Amino acid sequence: MMLEVKGIKFQYEKGRPFDIPDFQLSSGEQLLILGKSGSGKTTILNILGGLLKPLSGDVRLGDTLINQLSGAKLDKFRGKHIGIVFQKPHILSPLTVEENLSLANFFSGADGKRNQELLKELGIADKRRAKVNTLSEGEAQRVSIARALANQPDLILADEPTASLDDHNAEIVIKLLQDQAKKYNAALIIVTHDQRVKDHIVNQITIGALS
Amino acid sequence: MNMLKLSWKYLIAKPLNTGLNILLLALGLAIITVLILIQDQFENKMAKDAEGIDLVVGAKGSPLQLILSSVYHIDFPTGNIDMEEAQSLTRNRLVKKIIPLGMGDNYQGYRIIGTNHDYLELYQAVISEGEVWKKPFEVVLGEEVARKLELKVGDNFVGSHGIGSSSHEHDEHPYLVTGILAKMNNVLDKLVLTSIESVWYSHDEGHDHDKFTADVSTTGFPPTDEDREVTSLLVQYRNPMAAVQLPRYINSRSSMQAASPSFEISRLFELLGVGVKLIQGLAYAIIFIAGLGIFIALFNSLKERKYDLAVMRTLGASSFQLFIHIVLEGIILTLLGALVGIAIGHVFLALLVAQNEQGAISGLSAAVFLQEELWIVVYAVAVGVIASLIPAYSAYRTDIAKQLTRA
Repeated sequence: MMLEVKGIKFQYEKGRPFDIPDFQLSSGEQLLILGKSGSGKTTILNILGGLLKPLSGDVRLGDTLINQLSGAKLDKFRGKHIGIVFQKPHILSPLTVEENLSLANFFSGADGKRNQELLKELGIADKRRAKVNTLSEGEAQRVSIARALANQPDLILADEPTASLDDHNAEIVIKLLQDQAKKYNAALIIVTHDQRVKDHIVNQITIGALS
Repeated sequence: MNMLKLSWKYLIAKPLNTGLNILLLALGLAIITVLILIQDQFENKMAKDAEGIDLVVGAKGSPLQLILSSVYHIDFPTGNIDMEEAQSLTRNRLVKKIIPLGMGDNYQGYRIIGTNHDYLELYQAVISEGEVWKKPFEVVLGEEVARKLELKVGDNFVGSHGIGSSSHEHDEHPYLVTGILAKMNNVLDKLVLTSIESVWYSHDEGHDHDKFTADVSTTGFPPTDEDREVTSLLVQYRNPMAAVQLPRYINSRSSMQAASPSFEISRLFELLGVGVKLIQGLAYAIIFIAGLGIFIALFNSLKERKYDLAVMRTLGASSFQLFIHIVLEGIILTLLGALVGIAIGHVFLALLVAQNEQGAISGLSAAVFLQEELWIVVYAVAVGVIASLIPAYSAYRTDIAKQLTRA
């Protein structure tokens, strides 16, 4: 499975468009997108994840042009093939840890056979019946990673996954993301301004200047 | 995980809010349920009890009172009428049958009604034990009377004067139970039935052995050479013409009055209708407020939940699924509200019936479920759907990227 990004243009306000550099990423490969806040990092992620439509250009994941999908088709494709980890964990609080994962399975039609294994690998198996408000920040972020991985995505997008974590937890989270991506042969893209992440991934793009 | 479970989880995450909304809706629906149950059973019962009685003739006074006292045995009689005048009606060609009634006594609050065997026939009463009365002071008990007072065939009791339980007892003439009726589910269940002669003799001074051992009349008026009175007459018409002529004739040409059960009862319902309408209006207002409450609750929770909804979208939920997610919450809320409301309504009616052992309500049953109650459920769910439409549409329109980057 290959991710291919070509000629993406986007603008929030009229007359202030910015470009996203073209790049390609194969299964199992990892990419770090660095940039200051406000440089459009999150926008790139939203476009890659099909949450935003670019003005022009293509985002191709495998055989699918994500920017040409719409409606429920896009939602289902995203649920099935793309796992997104946010800066904040955003665990659905009425549900338990386990239920957060099985909800992801439900929406994308996956079987969720790996859920227990995932929770174990991420070291939160004993919290699987816990509600989010009983989790620590680090645990919550691991749950959100587990949820992003619950459907065995081909592409993992992580938006500042370490921003609200201390050094120790940041290290663990990055490691977990990398290990899991490798293990399931998914492409991993981390968008961050966090210098701590820099040393972990060689493949980097820096964006900054609005063009 | 499925949509239903997801909505349910979100509801029980706010138990107080959810509980309040369910309770408020349930309250409104409970009132409607009680009204429907009472109205249906009351009308049924009233129609059943008056079946076969075209006209009631009694002493002048309130026609409604005459009907209530002589057909339903709930109000006081308007007084007594002279039997000779009453008997003259039997010669009227418009009259098919007359059943005389004599009242005035009770046993422990259950009315003792003097009549003849035609009265049993009118309701097609079935004797479950013993036999009908043949001699003075022999009585047949309604099912409820026998059950509540634990009387058996062969038992004696002494009636007391008056319609309700009260005053002095006619201790010199005990009644003998010769028969007990099967459960009729009508007014007979609460009556002590005997001959007119029994009622007369119990009020007489002295003790005439010959009279007391003679057979009583089983149909028509008891033959007597004394100056006697009866309380009222149940009249059956010979033909439809009678409905026009007979009441007018009796009301203008005699010292008695005639009242039609169907007319008086529809008049009664008309009077009660104002109250029923008022309560109904109140119930609908409560339901409307409950619907508004659900709307506000969903709409408010949506503000905090936009983020959750956006996350669901990133997990693969479609906009339409989010729409369904919110509507389902409204449906679950109102469905529970309807079920709780119907339950409360039945429990309330059961309590009401239990507290009024001998009143007009006592004949009602809380264990009856009507088709209308299904409509209550449908109605409630419709309220839920309507209340959740706007919040659901708003969920449908959630802009994921905007929501997610806002944090």
